[in-house]
Amino acid sequence: MTRPRHKARLQHPAAWWLWGLGLATAASRTTNPVLLLLVIGVCVLVVSERRDPATVNPLPAFLVIGAVVVAFRVVMTALLGNGIVGDTVVLTLPRVPLPDWAAAVRIGGTVTLESLLYAAYDALRLAAVLACLGAANALASPRRLLRYLPATLYDVGTAVVVGLTFAPQLLTDARDVRAARTLRGRDGRGLREMARLTVPVLETAFERSLGLAASMESRGYGRAVRSTTTSRRAATGLALAGLVGVLAGLYGLLDSSAGGVLGLPVLVLGAVLAGSSLLVGASRDHRSGHRRERWTWTETVTVLVGAVPAAVLVVASAQGWDGVVPSQQAQLPAVPLLAVLAVLVAATPAFFTPRPREVAP
Amino acid sequence: MITFEHVSVQYADAPAPSLHDVTLEIPEGELVLVVGPTGSGKSTLLRTINGLVPHFSGGTLTGRVTVDGLDTAEHRPRDLATVVGLVEQNPSSTFVTDVVEDEVAYGMETMGLDPTTIRRRVEETLDLFGLTPLRARSLRTLSGGQQQRVAIAALFAAGPRVLVLDEPTSALDPVAAEEVLASLHRIVHDLGVTVVLAEHRLERVVHHADRVVLVDEGRVSQLLDPADAMLRSLIYPPVVGLSRLVGWSPTPLSIRDARRKAGSLREALGGSTPHPAADLRVIGPGDAVTLAGVRVSRGGRVVLDGIDLAVARGSVTTLMGRNGAGKSTLLGAVAAQHRLAGGHVRVGAGAVDPHTRSARERVRVVGLVPQQPELLLYADSVAAECAAADDDFGAAPGTARALLERISGGIDPEVHPRDLSEGQRLELALAVILAGSPEVLLLDEPTRGLDYGAKKRLGEVLGGLAAQGTTVLLATHDVELAAEVADRVVILADGEVVTDGPAREVLASSPAFAPQVTKVLLPQTWLTVAEVAGALARIA
Repeated sequence: MTRPRHKARLQHPAAWWLWGLGLATAASRTTNPVLLLLVIGVCVLVVSERRDPATVNPLPAFLVIGAVVVAFRVVMTALLGNGIVGDTVVLTLPRVPLPDWAAAVRIGGTVTLESLLYAAYDALRLAAVLACLGAANALASPRRLLRYLPATLYDVGTAVVVGLTFAPQLLTDARDVRAARTLRGRDGRGLREMARLTVPVLETAFERSLGLAASMESRGYGRAVRSTTTSRRAATGLALAGLVGVLAGLYGLLDSSAGGVLGLPVLVLGAVLAGSSLLVGASRDHRSGHRRERWTWTETVTVLVGAVPAAVLVVASAQGWDGVVPSQQAQLPAVPLLAVLAVLVAATPAFFTPRPREVAP
Repeated sequence: MITFEHVSVQYADAPAPSLHDVTLEIPEGELVLVVGPTGSGKSTLLRTINGLVPHFSGGTLTGRVTVDGLDTAEHRPRDLATVVGLVEQNPSSTFVTDVVEDEVAYGMETMGLDPTTIRRRVEETLDLFGLTPLRARSLRTLSGGQQQRVAIAALFAAGPRVLVLDEPTSALDPVAAEEVLASLHRIVHDLGVTVVLAEHRLERVVHHADRVVLVDEGRVSQLLDPADAMLRSLIYPPVVGLSRLVGWSPTPLSIRDARRKAGSLREALGGSTPHPAADLRVIGPGDAVTLAGVRVSRGGRVVLDGIDLAVARGSVTTLMGRNGAGKSTLLGAVAAQHRLAGGHVRVGAGAVDPHTRSARERVRVVGLVPQQPELLLYADSVAAECAAADDDFGAAPGTARALLERISGGIDPEVHPRDLSEGQRLELALAVILAGSPEVLLLDEPTRGLDYGAKKRLGEVLGGLAAQGTTVLLATHDVELAAEVADRVVILADGEVVTDGPAREVLASSPAFAPQVTKVLLPQTWLTVAEVAGALARIA
């Protein structure tokens, strides 16, 4: 693409989050490592092309957590086993003798390739879902998504904004406090030192959070909600029930073992409840938007291409296609071509969506 | 515009009320300066105006505060947002969004202005505050002065009739402070906004003020004429000190007014030469701190680029320069807080490389008091903090306590360090670091939030340490402190040394960094009121 077809702008945050949700649903339905690595690759590609340059890129952190999850699962499986019986012995660890009453637990012993592969595939699935979450974060900062939160959820909104600032600041503060500890001749390592660090770190972070909440308050956040207590409570209750419904639905959708049939209806019900609370709240919501993101065809297509892999893999796992849940044999798993294509389709927003705003460093 | 009727504020657990029976009326379109020592109740007074005290802070407020006819007892801060804007001391912790333009629009969005109005006002505000080139910048990458201007612009854009600012220029270099004050001056004079601000650095603001309110231990004076107020005030800028010394009337507040009256003083002083305080010090060879070709990069940006510097033993050297010039990074490089990308650092008589030593050995040679002294403090009382310091540095029990006694004017050992005033907290952090008896003491921006009294004490402490042979290197924006204590001034810009020389020479020749007394008495190069007083006494 040599000539930009769109003016540089940020896509609607909801579009990116729905896209990420679709990809995460797809990832949650398979343990095929090829498909999962493909999902992670799609996330990295789209983020590198279209991320919001005004915020710190959170994707690397999510990828690192994913890698840690995989490594942890493999190591723990090697040590403790996971009940998968296999023939291909990779190595034999010295077995720790345990008393009879702990017969169900083993430490050490033979490590089979089958059990390792099972653990790795399963952990990779979680890593891929984390990558999707990280990608959604990088493409549309949750703060921007929050602007669409109904005014009725004022308290939740404040808490989320403060929380979003709290976590990254906590890391910066911890670094500063640790550096300050070296000024007192301590190197900031060891358990006792860690305990000493927590107090100043948390104090600083809490003070900062209070400052931010005070600033939001004095700048009029939540002032639009001016209604009777009863109606406000009703609207808040409705919105909370809706959110819980949406979350439960999402859980059902992402966790195939919880019964995928339940997932979609609960999600729809939750969305309806949340939507109605929005309507109730919106009648009193006098906030307005400066350069609110518009919903154009690129947003619609982004959501659709996110839904494609989700739909294909939900069907695939329900019908038990070959390779969606690969066997733990020491061989390359079969790769369902249609699923691969579906995941690849989700990478197209890296090309057809408008370029994000330019932010000077 | 703002009225206080018999207002008192009492926080829970506080022994005395923070504000005591305040009755005051601030008319529209005035720039009112609130003056008082640290902990006198200035911040509380400011925060009652938009109702953060007591709605957000807790505590009990009796009496009545009304702003533009709205009673703060009946209106929460968020409802007063259309009338009052409050800029906090540290703007970076109050940003809600990520980008300059979004931050300016945020307040208007919560007020529900229609999008075309918001768009227009965003453009106007960006122009008014000179922020148009920065509109797409990420807030985290701005300098301190730019952040302060964005914070003011963001509040101003929402169209409040009153702006309240708590120490808007304390953390800024002299030039950035001028930019902020110029913006304020414009909105007061052109747009009739009422501005109430508290500031310790009176030398920067007092000549901009229309009216002054004096605060002391919760008691608040009436609205006073600035010149009258400066005659009565416990704290005053050097130009007023000079006027009190010589007996000028009316009291001049700006350099221009003072120069007009200073002709006879210059004549009287003509024959004598300034006696620097540093004459009493024995300044040793220039090997206390040696930097050779030091390069440091942070976050992919070169912050220090080939710095060569040698600091003499037993001297006081001041690092000055814009926000972001690399002053803090230089101190951090000497204290081995930042890795060097090139060059080397040697500290102390033993030419120790701090980067190769363990933290425990390093603190014997070089001690650093960081910009936020509270980072050094973690115990739950002053006494426990001192005991922990003795333990950390392997000093004899009671060392830190004795140091603290000497440095400060008596701090209650049972108080929690967080409850101390800024000045006391700095003194405690200084005592902690000195417990390690380092050869070289580094201080990063020690005067933020200090009133003149605390600053004077700090100057005396640093002078005393230098006289005993400790080498002091401090980074500061405070030209008056530099004039008080420094033997030598080094000015940094963009990670390079641009000027390096004796304090008197450097300070007197720089328009941005010259202290007030120098500006009044140029071409003579007096730095402080004390120097002038000494010379006058000798003449008489």
